Amino acid sequence: MRVRMTVNGEEVMRDVEPRTLLVHFLRDDLGLTGTHWGCDTSNCGACAVWLDREPVKSCTVLAAMASGHEVHTVEWLERRNEFEGGAPGELDTVQRAFMACHGVQCGFCTPGMLMTVRALLDRNPDPTEWEIREAISGQVCRCTGYASIVKAVQWAALQERGRGAS
Amino acid sequence: MQVPAPFEYERATSVEHAIGLLERLGGAARLLAGGHSLLPMMKLRLAHFEYLIDINDLHHEWGRIVVEPTRIRIGALARHRELLENAELRRVFPIFHEAERVIADPLVRNRGTIGGSLCQADPSEDLSAVCTTLDARCVIRGSGGERVVSMAEFYRGPYETAVGDAEMLVEIQLPVRPGGSSAYEKVGRRVGDWAVVSCGVAVWLRDGLIADARVGLAAVGPNTTGIPEISQALRGREPSEDVYAEAGAIAAASCTPVADQRGTVEYKRHLAAELTRRALRRAVERARHEAAPVGGR
Amino acid sequence: MTAEPTFVDNDQRPLGHGRMLRKEDPRFLRGKGRFIDDVQLPGMLHLAILRAPLAHARILSIDTTAAQAHPRVKVVVTGEMLAERGLAWMPTLAEDVQAVLATDKVRFQGQEVAFVVATDRYAARDALELIEVEYEPLPAVVDVRTALDPGTPVVRDEQPGRTDNHCYDWEAGDAAATDAAFARAEVVVRQELVYPRVHPAPLETCGAVADYDQAERTLTLWCTSQAPHAHRTLLAGLIGLPEHHIRVISPDIGGGFGNKVPIYPGYLCAIVGSQLTGRPVKWTEDRYENLVSTAFARDYVMTGEIAATRQGRILAVRARVLADHGAFNAVAVPTKYPAGFFGVFTGSYDIAAAHCAVTAVHTNKAPGGVAYACSFRVTEAVYLIERLVDCLARELDLDPVELRRRNLLKPEQFPYRTATGWVYDSGDYPATLAEALRIADYDGLRREQAQRRARGELMGIGVSFFTEAVGAGPRRHMDISGIGMTDGSALVVHPTGTAELRVSCQSQGQGHETTFAQIVAEELGIPPADIRVVHGDTELTPFGMGTYGSRSTAVSGAAAALVARRVREKARLLAAAMLEVSPTDLVWDKDSADGRFHVAGDEGRHVTIREVARYAYGSADLPEGVDGGLHAQLTYEPPDLTNPYGAYICVVDIDPATAVVTVRRFIAVDDCGTRINPMIVEGQVHRGLTDGVGMALMEMIAFDELGNCLGGSFMDYLLPTALEVPDWETGFTVTPSPHHPLGAKGIGESATVGSPPAVVNAVVDALAPFGVRHIDMPLTPSRVWSALPPSR
Repeated sequence: MRVRMTVNGEEVMRDVEPRTLLVHFLRDDLGLTGTHWGCDTSNCGACAVWLDREPVKSCTVLAAMASGHEVHTVEWLERRNEFEGGAPGELDTVQRAFMACHGVQCGFCTPGMLMTVRALLDRNPDPTEWEIREAISGQVCRCTGYASIVKAVQWAALQERGRGAS
Repeated sequence: MQVPAPFEYERATSVEHAIGLLERLGGAARLLAGGHSLLPMMKLRLAHFEYLIDINDLHHEWGRIVVEPTRIRIGALARHRELLENAELRRVFPIFHEAERVIADPLVRNRGTIGGSLCQADPSEDLSAVCTTLDARCVIRGSGGERVVSMAEFYRGPYETAVGDAEMLVEIQLPVRPGGSSAYEKVGRRVGDWAVVSCGVAVWLRDGLIADARVGLAAVGPNTTGIPEISQALRGREPSEDVYAEAGAIAAASCTPVADQRGTVEYKRHLAAELTRRALRRAVERARHEAAPVGGR
Repeated sequence: MTAEPTFVDNDQRPLGHGRMLRKEDPRFLRGKGRFIDDVQLPGMLHLAILRAPLAHARILSIDTTAAQAHPRVKVVVTGEMLAERGLAWMPTLAEDVQAVLATDKVRFQGQEVAFVVATDRYAARDALELIEVEYEPLPAVVDVRTALDPGTPVVRDEQPGRTDNHCYDWEAGDAAATDAAFARAEVVVRQELVYPRVHPAPLETCGAVADYDQAERTLTLWCTSQAPHAHRTLLAGLIGLPEHHIRVISPDIGGGFGNKVPIYPGYLCAIVGSQLTGRPVKWTEDRYENLVSTAFARDYVMTGEIAATRQGRILAVRARVLADHGAFNAVAVPTKYPAGFFGVFTGSYDIAAAHCAVTAVHTNKAPGGVAYACSFRVTEAVYLIERLVDCLARELDLDPVELRRRNLLKPEQFPYRTATGWVYDSGDYPATLAEALRIADYDGLRREQAQRRARGELMGIGVSFFTEAVGAGPRRHMDISGIGMTDGSALVVHPTGTAELRVSCQSQGQGHETTFAQIVAEELGIPPADIRVVHGDTELTPFGMGTYGSRSTAVSGAAAALVARRVREKARLLAAAMLEVSPTDLVWDKDSADGRFHVAGDEGRHVTIREVARYAYGSADLPEGVDGGLHAQLTYEPPDLTNPYGAYICVVDIDPATAVVTVRRFIAVDDCGTRINPMIVEGQVHRGLTDGVGMALMEMIAFDELGNCLGGSFMDYLLPTALEVPDWETGFTVTPSPHHPLGAKGIGESATVGSPPAVVNAVVDALAPFGVRHIDMPLTPSRVWSALPPSR
């Protein structure tokens, strides 16, 4: 069947089997391999992307279900600044935050974490530590022990409040 | 990652369209809402349907939470996150907010729906317990019209509901009675896990005494009756720790837990009692401080 | 409004050691990492493996006709077909053999039975369902405690003369001296302790892309391997290709933790698939496959005994272990240490006599046992001793910290030889303990506990003082499958003054591209940004034994430092020629920002490393006996293991009615010797502490009585999320390793080793008023509650 959706701001159209999972569509059909997968049972969250600007587990969404909708992946984040009035060519604040606070080790959970925390800060610019932990509670990291990810989000929030970002 | 066997996909444009497709395709077709109950089972190939009918486009009409004077109507396509964040729902039925907080995780809650959860009818599923506690009515639509059933009629057994092959759950109706409040307690081995035991309690006070009480347990055997023995035991009583303990004891005796990796039978029974006590205590405190309910007495 | 968080500034020193931000981060942050499943080659096919549904069964027949007829299937392979190529069985890392595809029978649920290669992963998965296998179920051996009973089914009946499930026996220490010490002792405490089967569960599952070139008879294998060179050498023997025709590439790896050390049947299947089809073949396993069939960890049933005086002086410790190795012995351990380094079970204490006996058995479960940051069974050893010490403290009514104080090794005792023959290199244990107690405010915690107890609340404080043994190791003691555990390192400085360091170890997230650049920067004065660290590709890097057992810093880090020093020594000769002085008249300016040699007493006369490089490749005459270029290569053989150690304190609160355990605080003070990048060190510690909470409270690969694996998904094998762990409180002391060129010891597994006993000790401490002495992991609410007396 034919699916047509907007991915990272661009319209795409492909023929896929109806059972094609969104994560495979993104990775294999569109070559956007930044989104990962790590489990069989919708637990690990390595596959998190935005569907209509809400973080979802793309392993549990059919490409067919996303047809007609808007999808954003980690590859879009570094261009978010361009779209949202920041400095082009600069990584998004949450990306810089993960680097500044050692929120990345093996990098496998990172894209999913970034999409979720970006959505969190877009809705809640001043989250408490508990709110940050809860926001990422559907995603597993086997490397960082979470504390540095929490600090990265707090760093990003401070940066954006300081800049008076939208 | 595991992937489902092949199937065909249709997107419904209306409830009638969805029901028409179900009629035409029969038991080989299944409605697809949030997909977070159905798709995992199909990926593991524990279940298979040759046709999936995507009803997400119906969310604008069938995903709303409508507050009326004597009832709240929740569209079957309302997402867990919407139920969690709805302020009116939280004010009238705090049990929803407390239950949704401990259902799955934030990403799953962005997609999963109340209809999907109820229709999957997993014995550990929390919203079934919530709806039982609140004496919900389930509105089921078929080509012949609409029928309304109680939770006891809705839930037929593990993974089995009263919704027929060519029918669709469209709405959940929750009666609002004055003087009441509610609470939810859940113990899990970890955040997002199915409950070891969870317990919903709704209680109504009149003149400081308990007018009525309902308890809905999850994960300890079938429970869609609201445990009438507890209602009987508590009616007319003044709330106290002894009364809560009595309710807990009845809850523990009324359930049929099974030993598994989540816990022993004894522990689950113990939890049934303890969580009933806690939820009842909190529901009573809330009812005592409750402002006048929606629409007045 | 949140309180302003404080962030330790990354000091971003221009060179050398320090909290440098990671060079490898940008690609991961941008989604440009290159993991196995990201590898796409023209014409690539996909492989799926059919796995046994039963734990123990004879294979009566396999019919692949329908699968072969699937329009998108290229080839279907069974064990019988592999047997014709001599590949149905392969050697393991533990001198046993393992089935690649089952032939006679299946020996664990999830074992590989057949595979298909198809055009895409969906078709491959569909085709599995078209393979018909007829099984004759056999009774399964599931309980390690009865696996040696007479009449138990024999798992390894393919071995001639085999009549039982015995795998091996191993012992260490002096039984007679230990028995004598126990006989004399005033106090003896005995405790059975189970370290359940757990799984490293890296977020990225295992996989490979095999690309066999039929014309050249060469193989390129992309693979989730923590030891690419070892895999290449071992594969050469297996598949009959000469080693110089094999290239193994480990690209970015999404976590290893020991899970990606072994060679798995799936890799072999991908290679055979590529050989048969003449096209690249990709295999990436499901999470089910990962949890059910790949290297699990632990599964030790231990009985420990500790003997002491009434005053709390430990005299001896004794351990009997029943080890479940699964259907095949496939542990990744140095050859001479079948039970790994379990011999360090005397822990951090001055114990005169000790003896342990390990009996390993086969069961109908997946092979493995050594993984999940265990430092080759140090996790088990530390758990045993730290729990025994706490049990002894309870028996003597002594504070567990005080009991440890009375027995901890003293600084002047190092290097210390344990009663089982292990040598610890260095340590100032009292200082590290004191730092942990200070950060935790231990006395304050005990006072708080007393107050809470009086109110009926359950608060527990658990202590763990662990000593690690890592950095394997000297060749004559440490080899895996006959390959000595040394690491090579090669450094080249280019004419324009930038450099490449080629290391044999492989990063799965530990930050090697940064820390190794820092090591070289410290030695050579070239900024880390100008040093590229190359790793993971056997074509591009010198031979070494890979990353596990916390050996990267200890072994490859040493190699990197020494190779950089060798380059610096050549640079000295060149600099001397440039400045027309004798090499001994030059001073290496360690703190300069540009790697300077200056003439002694005349700092104005100097050359930078960049200028030296230009000269090395330039046109001017070189000094006599010195050739051009600026590079070096060496292989480093560690003289011994290193012994990082630490003092951990865990604070828990337990709901008295539901028995839910909450980890309120965790204080971890680690001593890993010299800390090259403290930011990365802390990250490694945070990870291990999370492992500990997970293992202590929720992780277990369980089986039912039929041998069905109950931990085959993340719904059942539970991993901690951000809501289960506190904000970690870390501290450090520095006791350099006397034999490591940088004084560094390694840190990768310390926290995984040291934290589980701290959590368990805390829970048992909380329940002390009820007389609870021990509860086995995982401490789920049900298991904690069930340990309470019925009257509760």
